[in-house]
Amino acid sequence: MQLTRGRFLRAGLLAAAALAVAGWIYESRPDEPLPDPRYRFGFLDDEDRAIVAAVAPVMLAGALAGPGDVELVVRGLDRAVCGLPLAVRSELRYLFGLLRFAPARMLVAGVWAPWSRADRAQVERFLSGWRNSGIAQLRSAYDALHQLTFAAWYGGERSWPAIGYPGPPRIRA
Amino acid sequence: MIQDASRLTQDLTLEGDVAIVGTGAGGGMAAEVLSQAGLRVVLIEEGALRSARDFHMLEREAYPDLYQESAARKTADKGITILQGRTVGGSTTVNWATSLRTPAQTLAYWRDRFGLRDYTEAQLAPWFERVESRLHITPWSEPPNENNAILRRGAAALGIQTSVIPRNVKGCQNLGYCGMGCPTNAKQSMLVTTIPQALRRGAVLVSRARAERLIFRNGRAHELIVRALLPDGITPGPHNVTVRARHFVLSAGAIGTPALLLRSGAADPYRSIGRRTFLHPTAVSTAIFRDPVRADSGAPQSVYSDHFVDGVPFNGPIGYKLEVPPMHPVLMATALVGFGAEHAAFMARASHAQAVIALMRDGFHEQSAGGTVRLKSDGTPLLDYPISSYVWEGLRRSLVTMAQIQFAAGALSVLPLHESARPFTTFAEARAAIAALPMEIVRMRVMSAHVMGGCSMGEDEKTSVTDGRGGLRNVENVSVFDGSVFPTSLAANPQLSIYAMTARNAVALASRLRAS
Repeated sequence: MQLTRGRFLRAGLLAAAALAVAGWIYESRPDEPLPDPRYRFGFLDDEDRAIVAAVAPVMLAGALAGPGDVELVVRGLDRAVCGLPLAVRSELRYLFGLLRFAPARMLVAGVWAPWSRADRAQVERFLSGWRNSGIAQLRSAYDALHQLTFAAWYGGERSWPAIGYPGPPRIRA
Repeated sequence: MIQDASRLTQDLTLEGDVAIVGTGAGGGMAAEVLSQAGLRVVLIEEGALRSARDFHMLEREAYPDLYQESAARKTADKGITILQGRTVGGSTTVNWATSLRTPAQTLAYWRDRFGLRDYTEAQLAPWFERVESRLHITPWSEPPNENNAILRRGAAALGIQTSVIPRNVKGCQNLGYCGMGCPTNAKQSMLVTTIPQALRRGAVLVSRARAERLIFRNGRAHELIVRALLPDGITPGPHNVTVRARHFVLSAGAIGTPALLLRSGAADPYRSIGRRTFLHPTAVSTAIFRDPVRADSGAPQSVYSDHFVDGVPFNGPIGYKLEVPPMHPVLMATALVGFGAEHAAFMARASHAQAVIALMRDGFHEQSAGGTVRLKSDGTPLLDYPISSYVWEGLRRSLVTMAQIQFAAGALSVLPLHESARPFTTFAEARAAIAALPMEIVRMRVMSAHVMGGCSMGEDEKTSVTDGRGGLRNVENVSVFDGSVFPTSLAANPQLSIYAMTARNAVALASRLRAS
């Protein structure tokens, strides 16, 4: 589906309004307990993780090697965000706040079902739409998801065999 | 003495003759020169102290640990990604070891436009020789890796001259992981040369410590307030370090130094601090070859071409320098455009992938005024660098040049890093498509590993922040020794220029301080 510039301009105005509301909603939410015993998430909570888990299989289509890989990406992405300065983290908090706010998810991202049940084709259209948007902020939001997702996957050994990367070389004593 | 500020349990006050903010090319070189002169030096570094045994050649560790903003620092509009070090040794710990002198044409422009009369090749030559010898800088004598060889081969086929890159290495094993910290101590970075030497002479190094502001009194800097970071190296902790010194040297890099002066409220009657910041905005062209390239392996940079800068007049279209980047999985996958099957198909051929980069020579033309450093609400710096149409046109032209070189070297396909590009299989097809690419931020990948300017030196107080010796105007006892004093970009990788100019300015400062 080709998205017109006009439609994205309207979406941009909606996004601005949605961001304000989403920001407020996020502030007023109590922190949720982290259920996973093995890894302590430092940034992503359950709802954020559902977003990453919906985006990763589309971003990394043709690259993910097995069923547990999405969870690896979710954790790798969380770890990557925790290494970023506080000001960048709060920008990302804003982005996740927008994406988890249902009206914004539907109107700005065009994803109708909740992220945990999101249709792959809709997620792909969402990513393509933001990637090619006439609004620089949406392109850079796509780019942030792109960079974090690919860094999370290709930083780990599981991704290397498929791309012929042997890993770090041996050092001569 | 070495102090990790994240382990402090109370505030700390330090005194010395000279306090140096930053431990990269400027701070490291200054520390050696000043401590050699018998001066007591205190070094303040925001990043952590890491060494060869910590360098595991893993991107997932190196980028968050050794780089500003996990190697993903962005300009204000997110249009340019900046690679900049943040560890003891600064960018010298993670750079690709390229060590080129300041081009003669750049120095001539500085003399002509900024009144920097003693910035001549002849007057700087002894300083270049001194630091080249100190850091074992010699032209790379081994064969280039295939990534670099392709640049040389393709250029030669088109009659474009290339040269061998001098590198600051000793006993290099040709591994290719300079960007993640040298695991064998072969790279002669500040981490293994000048800083250990200064420490042996009694210098004090405080790591994980963010210089917040200078306190001025009666036209002098009185003390430096430093915030100790928590063990995560990011979050400000509860303790302060106060540094009192006769003289303060700012070497926090061309984003960090102007930001520190802005936070300190330094006198700036002509609002010049942080202005004219340059990046060498860089375009990337990737290509797939039939035979393996393995751009992850071997000295990252050993061949360059100045064909498109050397002798190219400043008043015409922007010139660009050609080099190649190393490519490891994360760097490649995040820079690569597209997602899903398209992205995976390229990555599947990663070991056959080659890349050329073109670095724009910014700052030499009225339509290339660079960027401006300002402060975010939390006091951390932000570089606003709008890309002018003049610079965009250079980026576009460079994509054509790079594609032509890659096809001339036998590329099966060429993919310029732009969201609207796809792999092209002939030069004619690539050239036509590149002509039509929309030159807009975030569609076109623009990178930078060289931050320069923001505290421009010069003769005219209205247009310069520092004098020709790096002295900060309007303050008696502050010097700027880093790439922020450059009044334009260099058209060369900056480390060697910073070393040589800092050595000259630090020797002059040392004799002044010893005399008083």
